[in-house]
Amino acid sequence: MSPAEAGGANGANGAKIAIRDLYKIFGRAPASVLPLVRDGIGKTELLEQHGHVLGLDAITMNVREGDVHVVMGLSGSGKSTLIRHLNRLIEPTAGSIVVDGDDVLALAPPDLRAFRRHRASMVFQRFALHPHRTVLGNVGYGLRVQGLTRPQAEERARVWIDRVGLGGFEDRYPAALSGGMQQRVGLARALATDCDILLMDEAFSALDPLIRTDMQDVLLRIQGELKKTIVFITHDLDEALRIGDRIAILRDGAVIQEGTTPEIVMHPADAYIADFVKDINRARVLRVKAVMSAETNGACGPVVPAQATLEEALTFFHSDPSGRRPVHVEERGVMGSVGLPEILRAVERPNVGPSDARASAMT
Amino acid sequence: MAESNWLIEFPALDDATLRAFNRAVDDAYLAFTRTYGAAIEDAFTPLLRFMVWFEQAMLGAPWWLVIAIVAGLAWTASRGWTLVVLVVASFMAIGVMGMWEDTMRTMAMISVCTLIAIVVGIPIGILMSRSDRLKSGVVPVLDVMQTMPSFVYLIPVVMLLGLGKVPGLLAVVIYAIPPVIRLTDLGIRLVDKEVLEATDAFGASPWQRLWGVQVPLALPNIMAGINQTIMMALAMVVVASMIGVKGLGQPVLRAVTNQYFAMGVLNGLAVVLLAIIFDRVTQSYGRRMQRYRHESR
Ligand SMILES: Nc1ncnc2c1ncn2[C@@H]1O[C@H](COP(=O)(O)OP(=O)(O)OP(=O)(O)O)[C@@H](O)[C@H]1O
Ligand SMILES: [Mg+2]
Repeated sequence: MSPAEAGGANGANGAKIAIRDLYKIFGRAPASVLPLVRDGIGKTELLEQHGHVLGLDAITMNVREGDVHVVMGLSGSGKSTLIRHLNRLIEPTAGSIVVDGDDVLALAPPDLRAFRRHRASMVFQRFALHPHRTVLGNVGYGLRVQGLTRPQAEERARVWIDRVGLGGFEDRYPAALSGGMQQRVGLARALATDCDILLMDEAFSALDPLIRTDMQDVLLRIQGELKKTIVFITHDLDEALRIGDRIAILRDGAVIQEGTTPEIVMHPADAYIADFVKDINRARVLRVKAVMSAETNGACGPVVPAQATLEEALTFFHSDPSGRRPVHVEERGVMGSVGLPEILRAVERPNVGPSDARASAMT
Repeated sequence: MAESNWLIEFPALDDATLRAFNRAVDDAYLAFTRTYGAAIEDAFTPLLRFMVWFEQAMLGAPWWLVIAIVAGLAWTASRGWTLVVLVVASFMAIGVMGMWEDTMRTMAMISVCTLIAIVVGIPIGILMSRSDRLKSGVVPVLDVMQTMPSFVYLIPVVMLLGLGKVPGLLAVVIYAIPPVIRLTDLGIRLVDKEVLEATDAFGASPWQRLWGVQVPLALPNIMAGINQTIMMALAMVVVASMIGVKGLGQPVLRAVTNQYFAMGVLNGLAVVLLAIIFDRVTQSYGRRMQRYRHESR
C-alpha cells in the first residue's frame, strides 16, 4: 500500500471500511459450529452434516475512501449477506467491521441508528420504496428520520430529484413509476442523506439493459463529483468492470480474489474467475494505465491518455506500429510509455494461475 | 344398580353438587361486584358523561344538520355522489317513518362503541403483531369472545353495573372488538419485509417505523377491521336494548313480545340502512387510503 493511501484520518491501514475475519453462519446454534468453519469445513458439508448454512467465510476486505468497490459472485455466494453486515442489518457470528476507525459491531442501538442515518445509506435491488409516500416523500425520508422538518427535507429532496433526472415527478407515487424511475428514487433517497458511504445491493440488476446503462451513467456522473465510498454488489461482470475501481469476487461466502479491475482481468486467480472473465472484450475494458511502463525514453509521436482503453490506444499506432508512445496521466503529465506488444499481450486470453494475482492485489 | 347406570347415562355430578358449584361461582362474583362495583362504576362515569353528551348532541341537532354532516362524511370518503344520495335518501325515509330519535340514539351508541373499540383494539393489535407469544395468548380469547352467544355478556355486565348505557356499551364493545384487533395484527404482519428493511437501513427508530411505515401500510386492513367491528356492533343493537340501551333495538324488542310485525320490520330496516351507510362510508374511505397503489395518472 502506498504511503499516500495509508495517511488520513482513517483506520490504521488507510481503509474507510475494514472488514476482518468476518463469519456469518445461519442456523440454530451458529456459535457451536464456528470452530468447524474455522477449521475449513465446506459449505455443503456444513449444511448436510450440521444443518447450518455458511453465509460468510472469513471475509477480510478493505474498502478505500472514494472507491467504487464491487463485490461480485454468483447467486447464493453471500453478496447480500456481506453488504447487510456493513450497516448491521445482519449481525455477524464472528469478526470485526471498522468504519472510519469506529467498530460498527460495538455500536449501541441509538449509535447504530445514528450511523445508519448519517454515515451509510443503502440502495436496494427491488427498490424497497415506501408505497404510501410520493417521490418527494420517499427521497426526503432519510432526512425526516435524521430529524429535519418537512420543508427542510423537501427542499433538499427536490435538489436530488432533479439530480437523478426525475424533476416533475415529485408528487407521483412509486406504483405509477417504471422500474428505472423507481430506482432513481431509490438512489436519490440514498444520496439525499449525505452519507459518505453508499451501499448498493444489485441496485441495477432488476432493470432492462438499456436502462441499466443509463443508471450506471447517472451513478458515475454523480460519483465523479461526490467521491463517495461505494460498495456495489453485482453479478454482472460488464457492470463491475464499468464502474468498479476494485473488485472482490465471492464464492460460497469467501473472497477468492480481490484487486483492481485490470488485475482481475489479466491475472484471474483460478479457473472460476477465469471463466467469469473469459468472454469479455478485454480491449474495451482494460485501460492504458494498466499496461503502460514507467519508461519514457524512446517514446515519440502523439500522446496517449492513460485513461484510454486499449482499443482506443490502438489508433495511436496506425502510422508507426513499431514505436512507443508517451502516456499522459491526468493532472500529472507524461508519466510513461506504451508499445504495441504490451497492448496485444494484454488483449490475449488470460493466463490462469493462482500465481501473481493475489500478490498484485496486495500491492 | 346405580353402578351400571354410567354406561347408559352420562355420569354427571349430582344436582346438589352442581347447584353448590354454581352458587359458589355466583357468590364469588357477587362478592366481587359488591366490593368493586361502585369503584368500577365511578371509573366509567367519564365515559357515561361523554356518551350522554354525544347522544344529546345528536338528538338536539336539527335533522338537516345531521343529514348534512353525514352526507359530508360520505362525500369526503367516496368523492362520489352515489353514496351521498344513498345517505340522504335513507335518513329521509327513516325520518318520515318516525324513527329519527331512535336512529340518532343508535348512531350515537355505535359511534361511541366504535371509537372505544378503535382506541383499545388498535394498540392491542399492534402489541400482538410484535410478539408471537402475546398473539398465541390473545387469539384464543378473541375466538371465545366471538363465538360466545352475545346474550351471555349481558349477565356479568349487568351484575356489575346494573341496567343502562354503560353496561350496554361494554357488552357491545366486548362483542365487537375482535375484528379490529385481529386485522390490525394481520395488517402489520403483512407489511413488506423489504420496505421495513429499507426503513431500518435509514436509521428509523422503532416509533418512526411503527407510525411512519407499519401502521400506514396496514391501514387498509385496519379499516376492514373497523368496518367489521361496526357491523358487529350494529348486530348487538337489539340484544343491548334488553339491558336498557335506548334506540332502534327497543321497538324491535317490543314488537317481538307484542307481535307488532310492521313495527319490527321497519325498525329492523332502519338498522339495515344504518349498516349499509356505515359499511359503504368506511369501505370507500379505506379504498381512498390506498389510492397510491393504483394511481397511474
Ligand atoms: N436468513 C437466512 N437464513 C438461512 N440462510 C440464509 C439466510 N439468508 C441467506 N442465507 C443463505 O446464505 C447464502 C448467501 O445468501 P445471499 O442472499 O447473501 O446470496 P447473494 O449472493 O446475495 O445471492 P443473490 O445473487 O441470489 O442475491 C445462501 O446460501 C442463502 O441461502
Ligand atoms: Mg442478493
